Amino acid sequence: MKSDVEGIADTLHRYESAVLSATEESTTLDEISTRTGLSKIECMRGMQWLQNKKAVDISTDEDVFIAVDSNGKEYLKKGFPEKRVLKLIKKGPASFKDIKKGLKLSDEEFNVCLGLLKSKAAAEIKDGKLEITAHGEKLAEKETLEESFLKQLSKKNARVEDLSPEEKFSYQALKKRKSIIKEETSKTKRAELTDFGKKLKKASLKAGEREDRLTQEMIRTGSWKKKEFRKYDIRINVPEINGGKRHFVNQTIESIKRIWLDMGFKEMTGPMLDTSFWNFDALFTAQDHPVRELQDTFYVKNPEKGRLPGKKLVDSVKSMHEDGGQTGSKGWGYSWDTEKAKSNVLRTHTTVLSAKTLANLKKECLPAKYFSVAKCFRNEALDWKHLFELYQVEGIVVDPEANFRNLIAYLKRFFRKLGFEKIRVQPAYFPYTEPSAEVHVFHPIKKEWVELAGAGIFRPEVVVPLLGEDIPVLAWGMGLERSISEYFGISDIRQLYSNDLKQLKEIKFWR
Amino acid sequence: MPTIILNKKVFEKLVGKKLSEEKLKERISYLGTDLESIEGNEIHVEVFPNRPDMLSEQGFSRAFSTFVGTKKGMAEFKVEKSGEKVVIDKSLKDIRPYTACAIIKNLRFDDEKIREIVQIQEKLHVTYGRNRKKAAIGIYPYERIKPPVYFFAGDPKKVRFIPLESDREMTGLEILSKHPAGREYAHLMEGLDKFAFFRDSEGKILSMTPITNSHDTGKITEETKEVFVECSGFDFDVLSICLNIIVTALSDMGGKIYSMDLEYPDRKLTTPNLSPKKMKLDLDYINRRIGLSIKESEAKRLLERMGYGYEKKNVLVPAYRADILHQADLAEDIAIAYGYENLKEDIPQVSTIGQEDELNVFARKAAEALTGLGLIETNTYNLIDKDVQTGMCNVDMGVVELIDPVSSEYNSLRKWIIPSLLSVLKDNKHNEYPQRIFNIGTIFKKDKKNRTESGVSEAVRLGVMLCSRTAGFTEIKQVLDFLMRMLDIDYSISETEHDSFIPGRVGRVSVKGKDVAYIGEIHPNVLENFDLDMPVSCFELNLSDLHEAIQR
Repeated sequence: MKSDVEGIADTLHRYESAVLSATEESTTLDEISTRTGLSKIECMRGMQWLQNKKAVDISTDEDVFIAVDSNGKEYLKKGFPEKRVLKLIKKGPASFKDIKKGLKLSDEEFNVCLGLLKSKAAAEIKDGKLEITAHGEKLAEKETLEESFLKQLSKKNARVEDLSPEEKFSYQALKKRKSIIKEETSKTKRAELTDFGKKLKKASLKAGEREDRLTQEMIRTGSWKKKEFRKYDIRINVPEINGGKRHFVNQTIESIKRIWLDMGFKEMTGPMLDTSFWNFDALFTAQDHPVRELQDTFYVKNPEKGRLPGKKLVDSVKSMHEDGGQTGSKGWGYSWDTEKAKSNVLRTHTTVLSAKTLANLKKECLPAKYFSVAKCFRNEALDWKHLFELYQVEGIVVDPEANFRNLIAYLKRFFRKLGFEKIRVQPAYFPYTEPSAEVHVFHPIKKEWVELAGAGIFRPEVVVPLLGEDIPVLAWGMGLERSISEYFGISDIRQLYSNDLKQLKEIKFWR
Repeated sequence: MPTIILNKKVFEKLVGKKLSEEKLKERISYLGTDLESIEGNEIHVEVFPNRPDMLSEQGFSRAFSTFVGTKKGMAEFKVEKSGEKVVIDKSLKDIRPYTACAIIKNLRFDDEKIREIVQIQEKLHVTYGRNRKKAAIGIYPYERIKPPVYFFAGDPKKVRFIPLESDREMTGLEILSKHPAGREYAHLMEGLDKFAFFRDSEGKILSMTPITNSHDTGKITEETKEVFVECSGFDFDVLSICLNIIVTALSDMGGKIYSMDLEYPDRKLTTPNLSPKKMKLDLDYINRRIGLSIKESEAKRLLERMGYGYEKKNVLVPAYRADILHQADLAEDIAIAYGYENLKEDIPQVSTIGQEDELNVFARKAAEALTGLGLIETNTYNLIDKDVQTGMCNVDMGVVELIDPVSSEYNSLRKWIIPSLLSVLKDNKHNEYPQRIFNIGTIFKKDKKNRTESGVSEAVRLGVMLCSRTAGFTEIKQVLDFLMRMLDIDYSISETEHDSFIPGRVGRVSVKGKDVAYIGEIHPNVLENFDLDMPVSCFELNLSDLHEAIQR
């Protein structure tokens, strides 16, 4: 067993071990940075982590420093104004105006110079001109205390309490003048090893002999064989990354398609825009049925009408509506309008694909199973509960031997694969199936029965024109959006297709 | 689905049995209706539109009683002859040619019953009557009417009466603009210069159908003991069933049904006709359809549970059932009586081979390649604002437009994918860059070769769009190039012009001589229209055409 100290020493981050090795009893951040070669930010992170481990105490000292200010910097380059004035009048007396203009001095600066030179008896005013004195001539060549103090400051800031008496004098003099020097507060961070820190330092120096990274060099030369590798803190949080991704609805669709394919169903595809003939009439939906009205269904302006399929099929569908033809049905008992059937419509259900599939199905291909997962349309206003484009899942089984009990069995298997163990069927009504059923599933999380799908056997009035005889066609279908919203915790259905890239990057995968 | 409200006490009395709430809910569901809620004394039930006969308290209770076994078989209704006449004028031929009528006596109305009658009338109007277009129902206090009754076409500028709940006389035309029911149903009178009216032998107007009754002769009150009922419309069979539904409900309220003689220009008929329709039972078909092997005696018992009669291999279908067209309908009712919950599942051993659509497989491969490059897939609507896909993209072209879309900003079908992707970028300006996206979707355009029945051809296209400081032609061509290499397709690019792109930075991509894509940098004009301040490069690839081209 390793002691705690050794355990921690093994998993120290490289910033931590560097800081630790550079820290004596009490060491400043600057010193640590110099010794380790790490940036100050890196050192601070190491210090803080070590403080969390109670290996160091971090303290902050505040110091007031004297530093050169803006005018001071200028004077360092050009010389103090009073010195420049002296040098100028050394060549001969000059008027105030000429001095100010020649040296580009402001009135304020000039007045300060004048005061200073007079108080030091370095110049005097004669006939409105400034004239240098003998003392002044000496001073012009000599560096003043203020000048040497400022030069020193420009090399290194100084603390007031560290100043010599002469320096203090210069400091007081310069402080009175404008923007030559300033006071700066600076913070010095300092790390101090705790008792635990001292032990950790020892252990870390030992651990420090271990390698941080496995390098290509080590592998090539085989030197890794003689090395030990530092342990990482594997619980540490790492920054988030995101990758390219399918849209979550499409991903869901792929996995639902997989269920159908596993069950031996073939995929049906077809146009979204088709004639009312396929969308309604072939599915025995009477021409005055409310679902065909403009407020529920999308019709198009151009081309408003399409053409009907072959006469044989059209005549057969017409007779279904009018008197049931040879099926033994009474039909709807009205006069069927060919023109109405030509109106183009955005499919209101994917059952139109089932109808078209049946129309193209050869009898020698029976029994056959088909599915689709595709969009259908409702003329709705977009709001948190409604969309005008919806995905519908649909399957049919065309089998001369099939019956309603088989349908229940297919439904059970399909919904079990979707994650629902218990289902029940209840009577329902759809214009194109008889018997019809609603499928309810027992929701494993909500612990209640939820209506999820519709099912039934296609009516003979639907099947006979398409297939030529009354062969049972089992059918079931459901909308997808509600289940998807529920799984992804989306309460506003519009968010399924809002394509917010942040949401798309972060959203989890379908189960 | 229409919802009706049942008075719990009345319902229990009619059924002859009290059920627990739970049992009630369960039985109502397995009858093929849905218990929505129970609020105090009110039971709210949803009825499917194929059973208008269940849209009244009486009709619903009648069906429920046989289903739970408090009653059995077909309900019998006696019809006595009143000998009174309704004369139908031939001028109605193109206006509203048919009516079916009856008289009910011995009624005792109270507030509750009047409400119930209004409910039946309204629910039937909305569903079976297709908002009064197909069938309209009038119920009048018979005491205020002097028979015979005349049904005629009158001049709406001249015929005047006081409409329901009004205090003054109006002409038919005034009613259309001034009376609430007139305004609501005026569209049904469009293009007619004569309207259909009922009057009695003294010339009093009873109603202007299908709009409103007269306030004077057409309003039921608590004093009313006898009523005249008429249904008018275009199909006599529909009207007969509608009348039957009402008179049987009124009979279940305690009324006595009296027939009337209808004198049509070419024939005489008597209504109501409540004798059941006979339908031969094809038990073999029904057993095969459900997957049962029940015997005739069992079938008879089950049919009786659903309110049918049965004699000598014939099913007697009640005269108020509108939904029995075929043996398949009997099969469903037998299955309901048997109980869907009692039908055992039976999985057939049928072997078929699953197969995915090839174009969809191809599209998925493309999507996999692109997600591998770190692109995010979007899913956008097929519907789009016409201006977004034309004007905002600097192009002028015809697109397939919708008639009266409720969401008016989605008024056309998209002809290309790039506008959808630009809209996505527009909505994502607050999110981090680079934004690298793609979308696989359907596009719609006029079918010039007349290959489709609708006259519009559809194709699946892939749009890829890059948006970042560095998103230029090179970056987008790298993506196209990677995709084509992965799909093992050779392509060539030639210079072209397209107003959505920067001139000289747009190309046409072709495979085996077929143009399959545009690729380029989006014009800053277009970027401004979409409120974007970052360069965008993209390509739009026709996957349907590409797939077809590489099959050859």
